[in-house]
Amino acid sequence: MASPLLSRVSPTSNTISFSSSLTNEQSRRPFSTTFHIKPRRKISTVQAKIREIFMPALSSTMTEGKIVSWVKSEGDVLSKGESVVVVESDKADMDVETFYDGVLAVIVVGEGETAPVGAPIGLLAETEDEIAEAKAQASSSKTSSPIPPPASPAPAPAVVVVASPEKVVSAPVSDGPRKIFATPYAKKLAKQHKIDIGSVIGTGQFGRITPSDVEAAAGISPPKSSSSSNVASPVAAGTRIPPPKAAATAAASLPQIPGSTVVPFSMMQAAVSKNMVESLSVPTFRVGYPVMTGALDVLYEKVKPKGVTMTALLAKAAAMALAQHPVVNASCKDGKSFTYNSSINIAVAVAINGGLITPVLQDADKLDLYLLSQRWKELVEKARAKQLQPQEDNSGTFTLSNLGMFGVDRFDAILPPGQGAIMAIGASKPTAVADVDGFFSVKSKMLVNVTADHRIIYGADLAAFLQTFAKIIENPDSLTL
Amino acid sequence: MQASISLSMASPAIIRSDCAVEFFSINASKPLNLRFCGLRREALGSTALKQLDSSRVVSSRRKQSKKLSASLSSNGSPSKGFDYDLVIIGAGVGGHGAALHAVEKGLKTAIIEGDVVGGTCVNRGCVPSKALLAVSGRMRELQSEHHLKALGLQSHNSQEPLGYFKVSAAGYDRQGVADHANNLASKIRNNLTNSMKAIGVDILTGVGTILGPQKVKYGKVGFSDNVITAKDIIIATGSIPFVPKGIEVDGKTVITSDHALKLEFVPDWIAIVGSGYIGLEFSDVYTALGSEVTFVEALDQLMPGFDPEIGKLAQRVLINPRKIDYHTGVFASKITPAKDGKPVTIELIDAKTKEPKDTLEVDAALIATGRAPFTKGLGLENINVATQRGFVPVDERMQVLDTDGNLVRHLYCIGDANGKMMLAHAASAQGISVVEKVCGKDHVLNHLSIPAACFTHPEISMVGLTEPQAREKSEKEGFEISVAKTSFKANTKALAENEGEGIAKLIYRPDNGEILGVHIFGLHAADLIHEASNAIALGTRIQDIKFAVHAHPTLSEVLDELFKSAKVSL
Repeated sequence: MASPLLSRVSPTSNTISFSSSLTNEQSRRPFSTTFHIKPRRKISTVQAKIREIFMPALSSTMTEGKIVSWVKSEGDVLSKGESVVVVESDKADMDVETFYDGVLAVIVVGEGETAPVGAPIGLLAETEDEIAEAKAQASSSKTSSPIPPPASPAPAPAVVVVASPEKVVSAPVSDGPRKIFATPYAKKLAKQHKIDIGSVIGTGQFGRITPSDVEAAAGISPPKSSSSSNVASPVAAGTRIPPPKAAATAAASLPQIPGSTVVPFSMMQAAVSKNMVESLSVPTFRVGYPVMTGALDVLYEKVKPKGVTMTALLAKAAAMALAQHPVVNASCKDGKSFTYNSSINIAVAVAINGGLITPVLQDADKLDLYLLSQRWKELVEKARAKQLQPQEDNSGTFTLSNLGMFGVDRFDAILPPGQGAIMAIGASKPTAVADVDGFFSVKSKMLVNVTADHRIIYGADLAAFLQTFAKIIENPDSLTL
Repeated sequence: MQASISLSMASPAIIRSDCAVEFFSINASKPLNLRFCGLRREALGSTALKQLDSSRVVSSRRKQSKKLSASLSSNGSPSKGFDYDLVIIGAGVGGHGAALHAVEKGLKTAIIEGDVVGGTCVNRGCVPSKALLAVSGRMRELQSEHHLKALGLQSHNSQEPLGYFKVSAAGYDRQGVADHANNLASKIRNNLTNSMKAIGVDILTGVGTILGPQKVKYGKVGFSDNVITAKDIIIATGSIPFVPKGIEVDGKTVITSDHALKLEFVPDWIAIVGSGYIGLEFSDVYTALGSEVTFVEALDQLMPGFDPEIGKLAQRVLINPRKIDYHTGVFASKITPAKDGKPVTIELIDAKTKEPKDTLEVDAALIATGRAPFTKGLGLENINVATQRGFVPVDERMQVLDTDGNLVRHLYCIGDANGKMMLAHAASAQGISVVEKVCGKDHVLNHLSIPAACFTHPEISMVGLTEPQAREKSEKEGFEISVAKTSFKANTKALAENEGEGIAKLIYRPDNGEILGVHIFGLHAADLIHEASNAIALGTRIQDIKFAVHAHPTLSEVLDELFKSAKVSL
């Protein structure tokens, strides 16, 4: 993000002592690292003789900065390299130096005020003649839309001054009496992810907004169980359990086999474990169905050269079937209602790097096979590089799990939390089949087995869905449409 | 009114207002005054040592005492007509320090305690809080993936992308932590008791009341009182947590430091009312244990009383990156404990306009608005002394003043009860000063040489004046001041520990090299301050101390650099 204004942020000091620069000063000076800010040349509409001084990004995490003090006043003549303003970031106070000679025409953001990174905080005129012009520019930009800040890590809102000084100083967290209770960390996360805390629905105790609510609103899967859960409950007097984790406590009762190694879960494995345990609270049932795949195999041979994968074919087929049976694409969130999902997002379970993830093919019913295949390839690559975006692995409404490539003929999948059904696909195998007339033939048969949440999906629903799915696979031409 | 107590209680005699109401910052070494230097070094710092080898230490002290006072074989014999030479009411750290010094000086000494030996510091303050903070420090290390990685250590719990510490990486057993704090307190309490018993201080149990000049009664409720006479009496009754009006403390969800130190539960979200030492230390503990914290501060700035620059840096390190938010410029006008399935509610009003500002709903509230003197029932009315907001009025020699401003002969008050500087080690130093005076050696304690510390991670410590105070003084008295600073980032040992965050700041007079104040924020700051506080106590000037040698590589080189970087025009 080397936006023009950030260039030349060159810390000149790791200085041990600052005493020399401080000795004779009356006012308290910041503990400063100096750097330069290079005012950006204005875009065509504005005269080049007036330069803007931007709020610099003083650290990688800085999104806004507070003006501690203006070292120079309006009208002061500046020469290159002079300190103009002291800015407070989340990390330190720093002197901002000018990179040009000129006159400080206008201070846009006053002392004690805060501005987002990249927003203009002052205007630098080349000569005194341009001061008036700069002032006019400043006032017009204040009333009309201010100059949009250049590409910067923090796309600044179209307001230069974020808050009045009193507000910043005296009430950093309150926005007046409102009945929204968000925990401190939730507020921090909301700020970080630029989420309006007022729009987040609190699910915590007493309806308060918790960090995971904000993460959910930001589309991030909650990383782990809440902090309090690993607080071991009081242990019987006198005993101490070495790793005081809830899980470890349970495991401690099992006999240790000598020579065994304990490898803690990675984040991903921990998430899997948590989801699996959570699934126990859902009443599930399973329905199996044989599907003849002869026609599908023929189609696959045809489209394979065009980059279509079996995964895409199956996802597409499932999506098309789901479109006809929306209840199977629904989920039960609270045990009291159906949540019908507007889009059909097929999550596909993949084993990657010792973990299990479920990249999601969004709107699988709407994309054509080729796009779907292409999308799948991207997802897998991203997953390998651990770059999946949250919505790319947690927005599934239905899951496919395929172990057919290992020769597995049938298996049983566990329903992931938040979804209504998951389909377990076995291998397609040549099987002797008798038709209604008693003729035997050998056909490719694949067994699929769907696990579903019986609170919302009943046996007949699932059976009907499977019937549709089988029809699509057995007459796969519709897949290519 | 409430939270502003922390300021208003500061009597004019106190330089650092915050110190007047906080008690947490006792630390190992005691500010020794010039005249005592080298004579004695007991009190808290060496109690741990005593426990290991108590007989040896005690006997060596005896030897030393003998040298000082030929008559001393045990606890002296009283002056004519008195039961004791010295009776101390209150066996906290202040009373303890005074008692040991009195015996050393050959005074027959008794100490009256109505509760437990050790007082607030040992039982409900600095000592158990240090145990919790030790846990907090280790939790933080274990939780900081980044930190461990930088040292080359591996942890299998992987990244927390947001830069916040991750609690789930390290677990803890709440009861185990609470037990550690409790065990430490009882260990130190025993050490203190034994150290007094060993030299023959009479420990009298009961509530002490002054009946008249040089006369004290003590006794337990329901028992007959004993009356004793003493040539001199020291009041050292300490303080209790101050709870502003409108706040209902139930000891479970609305608590004071007394309850919090027992760590009976770790709330998910706790509001801490007051951001001084106590509040800050508890925020360190609670966030390390996984709580989220909301500060409620009456003043416009968090951490009032610290040098502003240090406070600002500390806020960047101790507040901003942690799961903490804050409301400043507000009072908690009403706090209702959690009950009937409702959370703790806190009503906030604007500190200036008194208008309702906000309401908080949290799982618990810790009231850390300072401490109130514990001087009720002392019988001060019997000798025509009136407390001022509970504090016993004293002069600079800790001699009690009556309602007419006259000295009450043979009566002294030390520690939190006089409110001069509410720190355990200050009380002890005052006690020693009084004993010197009683023994005929006039002595005035220099409070500016008493260090204070806040045991967060990293720690904050200070001695002498803050920069604004020094500037004010310099303008009034017409001298120049200068400021020198060094960074922990330049210190080898700090970098080896990967703890380069922190600064040390020196405020001094360039014309004569006098040290006016030193403020440290960084690794082990509380242990580092004593070089500066000793220099102030001994009157050492910068031009002299800068030639002192420091072992390399140590954190103490931060101060070495600091002194060397000062520019004295001599």
